[in-house]
Amino acid sequence: MTTTAQAPPGEAKPQRKSSPKMSPQGSGKLAALLLSPTFVVLALVIAYPLISALRESLYRREEGVDESGFVVEGERFVGIDNYTAIFQGEVADRFWNAFVNTTMFTVVSVAIEIVIGVSMALVMHHALRGRGLVRASILVPWAIPTAVSALLWQWIFQSDGVANAVIGQQVLWTAEGQQAFWAVVIADTWKTAPFIGLLTLAGLQIISTDVYEAARVDGANAWLTFWRITLPLVKPALLVAVLFRVLDVLRMFDLPYVMIGARKSSVETLSMLAQDEATNLRYGPAAAYATVLFVYVVLVAFVFVKLLGADIIGEARTRRKEVKKRAPVPAPSTAQAGVGV
Amino acid sequence: MMVGARALRGAVALAAAALLAACGSDSGNTGGGGGGGGGQPAALEGRGEITFVSGKDTSGNMQKLIDKWNTDHPTEKVRIVELPESADGQRQQMVQNAQIKSDAYTVLNLDVVWTAEFAANRWVVELPQDQFDLDNYLKPAVDTAKYRDKLYALPVYGDGGLLYYRKDLLDQAGLQPPKTWTELIAACQKVRGLPGTENMGCYAGQFEKYEGLTVNFAEAVQSAGGTIVNEDGTPAVNSSQAKTGLDTLVQGFKTGAIPQQAITFKEEEGRRAFQAGQLLFHRQWPYQWALANKTDGSSQVVGKFDVAPLPGVNGPGSSSLGGHNFAISAFAKNKATALDFIKYFSNEDNQRSNLLATSQAPTRTKLYEDSELVQKFPYLPTLKASIEGAKPRPKAVKYGDVTAAIQENAYAALTGTKSADQALSDLQKKLEELTKQ
Repeated sequence: MTTTAQAPPGEAKPQRKSSPKMSPQGSGKLAALLLSPTFVVLALVIAYPLISALRESLYRREEGVDESGFVVEGERFVGIDNYTAIFQGEVADRFWNAFVNTTMFTVVSVAIEIVIGVSMALVMHHALRGRGLVRASILVPWAIPTAVSALLWQWIFQSDGVANAVIGQQVLWTAEGQQAFWAVVIADTWKTAPFIGLLTLAGLQIISTDVYEAARVDGANAWLTFWRITLPLVKPALLVAVLFRVLDVLRMFDLPYVMIGARKSSVETLSMLAQDEATNLRYGPAAAYATVLFVYVVLVAFVFVKLLGADIIGEARTRRKEVKKRAPVPAPSTAQAGVGV
Repeated sequence: MMVGARALRGAVALAAAALLAACGSDSGNTGGGGGGGGGQPAALEGRGEITFVSGKDTSGNMQKLIDKWNTDHPTEKVRIVELPESADGQRQQMVQNAQIKSDAYTVLNLDVVWTAEFAANRWVVELPQDQFDLDNYLKPAVDTAKYRDKLYALPVYGDGGLLYYRKDLLDQAGLQPPKTWTELIAACQKVRGLPGTENMGCYAGQFEKYEGLTVNFAEAVQSAGGTIVNEDGTPAVNSSQAKTGLDTLVQGFKTGAIPQQAITFKEEEGRRAFQAGQLLFHRQWPYQWALANKTDGSSQVVGKFDVAPLPGVNGPGSSSLGGHNFAISAFAKNKATALDFIKYFSNEDNQRSNLLATSQAPTRTKLYEDSELVQKFPYLPTLKASIEGAKPRPKAVKYGDVTAAIQENAYAALTGTKSADQALSDLQKKLEELTKQ
């Protein structure tokens, strides 16, 4: 994916310059004109809501009641008060709890999903007969709307449900406590490991069989082949899948909300805080929570791309060089990059 | 990298848009709101087509009644706008409609606990009390439709808690249905002595952390003679009566009289347990009657149970009021038609047909004494007693926050993370904060 994305810009530039019919300036104007509808749409659906959410987060609705019992109307500018309120007193405890929950969900579920997803991909890659059927059936959980799968799992995890019948113990999964956290992790893994599996499978399928043959000739065993060849080569695809999943889990809402319930401190996430404020008509604080979550997500995405994304490009370059040199596999540099995962 | 960042921005923007959709940030005064100060409410004017906004019409009877209205009033037709099944979803849609001051919704089918919020925000108009025969309605039901002594809605569906009990087992043990909590525990111990019932749960209600917990907590407090919020709107939950009430539930969990899993019970989980014969006593709404008597094999207690008023500490207990009230949106056109429609929908004939079709309890006193109906719904006299002794849940403008605070502290007490004392004093502090003006 990265390799193909990398190549065209380098080759495209000289081509454009060599075209004598259009001056660079004119083509720039035309490009701007042709792109303008896209920009207008982007401004409408991305910039406008973002800016007005930011604006909203600086206001607070009047909350008092006048003498005859009516709510005082209007809203007033409160500056960054909505933000500072998040980090003070009881509210801060709730915020940090939600922050930790959100982060833990992200780390734990994505880690489990990577292991299961990659295993699924390997199975699907090797299954020769009925591969289509296996692939389709693995995709089923991913195709189910989250709220629906949350209801399904709620049934499984209720006190007289299947989960308790299987383990033969009475665990109150949906009550407050550690077990609720794990119930959400299990349901989330069930739903989204197939996503990682499918993207990884796509990555596996573009690995040329030559490399594997070479490995076999060199006498590499199955584990070594996986660790030194499959994993490094599938890494770009896997990283994209993981990034998507991380961003997805950071804004997790429906699964804990539907399955476990609102305002349960063991599973409350940052999105649930924003929703809770909004349903109680405090749109300013709700927008502030949403903005804090937004900043957190951007930060994580940035760090992720900076740390691992740089690696993707570096690895792609080494790989190209290696192919040219027909270097023996496994090459030391690839192995190092692989350990980086 | 670009793809990731853009997808991310898109996702956040969508989230932000969803949040924003909920708020029309316009300020300024509303037109046509309920009259302020004293005096008469503003006249409800305008005739023409209107909408009726409600949760799901599960029986089809709503549509039937509206079809009849539409035939009789060809120029003032009513159209149903169906909202999500969950109460939260319904409230959210109605609030959004009010925020953008849309005239799309005319008559609103409000849960009883929303009256204060909708009235105080001027989202619904005051109704002329003298135009309704309120004397023929159950008094506590009418009370739920009032805010600061003014009428903002008309109660159409009532609901009250009942104590379902296993008549077969009590008869076998030679017992009468219990009137107090102590009697209930004693009866349970005796029944558990019968063969095959050793592991039966004594009692369950709705104890999951949601609106049902507020209902059950309020009932426990009221049944011990306490109150959550006084008549004048000041919180009074830090009282010895309230503590006695909460303690009955806490002790119930501790001693195992209330089974552990009841902490995850909403209405349906409890119903399944009762229908499976796992509970001797169950606090539940009237809807369970028909379902637990279904002979399709889903219930093992068909014909084996009956209902009694909720037990109290020293005498009969007191229920929380459920039900729905009809109100008129402040931003709607054709309010005169809307008023007529509400009158029509809640007249005696239509309430009767509603009861027969949906088994939703009526709000007109007379129907509870109708021999034909009592024969079909034998629980009606008990339900009437329940509703007449019932109290509304706290009437608070910030009801969402109030009920959240109640659930937070009651849940902590029931699960043992806080002592009952601590929970009540924390709750008192929080409620004082929420109701101060």
